[in-house]
Amino acid sequence: MKTLLQLSNIFHDRINTIKSIRNMKLITHNMLTSNALKTVKEGYPLQIYVDEVKQVDVDFQQQFITKTVSKLNWKALLFGAKCIGHSEGLPETLPENWESNDELLKKLHHVLLEIEVITGSLECPETKRRFPISNGIPNMLLNEDEV
Amino acid sequence: MASTRRPEHLAPPELYYNEVEAKKYTQNSRIIEVQEKCSARALELLALPDDEPCFLLDLGCGSGLSGEAITENGHYWTGFDISQAMLDVAVEREVEGDMVLSDLGQGLPLRPASYDGAISISAIQWLCNADKKEHVPAKRLYKFFMTLYACLCRGSRAVFQFYPENDKQVELIVSQAMKAGFTGGLVVDFPNSTKAKKIFLVLMTGGRTALPKALTGEESSQQQHTQALYERRDRTRGFNRTNLKREWILRKKERRRKQGRDVRPDSKFTARKRSGKF
Ligand SMILES: C[S@@+](CC[C@H](N)C(=O)[O-])C[C@H]1O[C@@H](n2cnc3c(N)ncnc32)[C@H](O)[C@@H]1O
Repeated sequence: MKTLLQLSNIFHDRINTIKSIRNMKLITHNMLTSNALKTVKEGYPLQIYVDEVKQVDVDFQQQFITKTVSKLNWKALLFGAKCIGHSEGLPETLPENWESNDELLKKLHHVLLEIEVITGSLECPETKRRFPISNGIPNMLLNEDEV
Repeated sequence: MASTRRPEHLAPPELYYNEVEAKKYTQNSRIIEVQEKCSARALELLALPDDEPCFLLDLGCGSGLSGEAITENGHYWTGFDISQAMLDVAVEREVEGDMVLSDLGQGLPLRPASYDGAISISAIQWLCNADKKEHVPAKRLYKFFMTLYACLCRGSRAVFQFYPENDKQVELIVSQAMKAGFTGGLVVDFPNSTKAKKIFLVLMTGGRTALPKALTGEESSQQQHTQALYERRDRTRGFNRTNLKREWILRKKERRRKQGRDVRPDSKFTARKRSGKF
């Protein structure tokens, strides 16, 4: 059972969704860590909990995708994609001739740039500290005693 | 400037940049113009490879004006800012970059060698202040520069336009950046004009490279000449920045029309350069 307040929050989020198009994407998730926390060594990859995702259209820019994929942490991408339920069709490892594999590049473009988390949270794998995502923006602010 | 008028002395950034202040970034044409010009110049100083889309950081991205300059130049970005109100304006502006709410003084929570460069417009002077009892400015600056150095790809740059309060602040900022491994220094544009003067800290990750030249307002015909040469070369390769930007704006408008939103009609002025000094 949801309380009235929760319901009104959900409603509020839906309205915001219509207004905003840019929210946390997997490309950003692939770069983010929680290692600013003083007790954390790697803090990577962060677990994603989703309450709401959204798909958008972004122009395919092959050069950028190619450049990005060469910098990606593949395991973290698979993990992130699984968290948000979009890992289908992604190979377990990056195949050898990926640069000339148009279909794969388009798929990667889609998971990296066109799926956005609007509400949810990120969780540090070591401390389980949660970072809320609202209005598409992860809140990575730390309390002073955590740095 | 009287010290009481400096925003950093009035309140911590997350409180100073409230809804009222953030709104100015959508309504005050002078603020908007200064942000846009500083961003364009910072991007120029980054000296990114021609014709290649890059992944950049916008540090203190605020309302997204600087981010839009990045997008217009064909690049992608992630923004960091401590003010929810400013980020809300950026969301409303429907900027193309992802944004993160965070305090630069706590370090960038990013993995190594992920970004091709960074810009920061009118933000880092804020780190010279101790807003909480735990804050030690030198330590916060060091942590910030150290984590920035780590997440940049080797050979890339970070360019900061900022408003130092005095020489001591400049020294504090520069020394912490060098301690973190950067090389580089200050580029001061229009040093003799109180109004147009702008200070840029240009930091490099790849050994010693000469600093770019500052603008003086009396750019020699030599410089204009190089610019003309660039334009000619671009044209022969069928690559023209104004056209690229125009195409990008037209595509963005088209997408919005499809979503059934209000969009200004296209005109011959779409994406025309608004030029001039600060
Ligand atoms: C003059 S505004 C620049 C805004 C931005 N370039 C734009 O296009 O709107 C300075 C920004 O720096 C941010 N800032 C100040 N101190 C910060 C800190 N410690 N961490 C993150 N952002 C900070 C402020 O919140 C503010 O949005």
